[in-house]
Amino acid sequence: MRYITPRKRAEGRGAAHHGTEHHWSMTVSAVGLAFLVPVWLYVFGRALGQSREAVVQTFGSPFPAILTALLLVVGMRHFAMGATTMIEDYARGTARKMLIIFVISLAWVIAATGLFALARMAL
Amino acid sequence: MADAKRPPVQVARPLSPHLQIYRWQVPMLTSILTRITGHALIAGVVLGVWWLLAAATSEAYFATANAVATSWFGDLVFTGSLWAVWYHYLAGLRHLYYDAGKGLDIPTAEKLGWACIIGSVVLTVITILLVR
Repeated sequence: MRYITPRKRAEGRGAAHHGTEHHWSMTVSAVGLAFLVPVWLYVFGRALGQSREAVVQTFGSPFPAILTALLLVVGMRHFAMGATTMIEDYARGTARKMLIIFVISLAWVIAATGLFALARMAL
Repeated sequence: MADAKRPPVQVARPLSPHLQIYRWQVPMLTSILTRITGHALIAGVVLGVWWLLAAATSEAYFATANAVATSWFGDLVFTGSLWAVWYHYLAGLRHLYYDAGKGLDIPTAEKLGWACIIGSVVLTVITILLVR
């Protein structure tokens, strides 16, 4: 016997059974990226096409390095979650599970690679 | 049943057309473009991160990655990604606005769709002019 009302059990959980967590997480990362992306585009666009020395100097300095690190972590998390939603829309069963695992792994590999490159340039 | 031999009565029910024969409209186009641009951006991210890794590694590795990143292929990927990121950006802001329960009437939704399409092109051009 449940000592909780059906209303209380259902409230805010929806068809996904885990409430609005995913949606809220996408909202938070979207707002974060809305601030990060324009500035980063400028930094990256300026560095692209320059000599290696200039590129290392740019991404080795604090502001571009922290900005790029944030963009990688928040952006790749946003990507992994968005891609998961897309896969859930179009694939089922084992294919769905494998694809979701693949995109989440890909997102982490990209983030880790970028962070490694930043660390190497900054330190 | 006495009525069995009667021809079936044709009721004018509304039909749900399949996506392939549905007339394209701004809200549906701008909706699916959000998903497409968001996922396609991974190409630009992979190229950009590879370029950063090469810059962090060695002169020779950077020469290779930089040659690719600044070739016609790199220009194509980065310019396409730039438009994609601006499109996804504006569509994301529109999503936040919709989530607040605003702009959901058809005329406003269509205007917002056009704002995403035109705005993304304008912002792409401005960005290219700013960073070149």
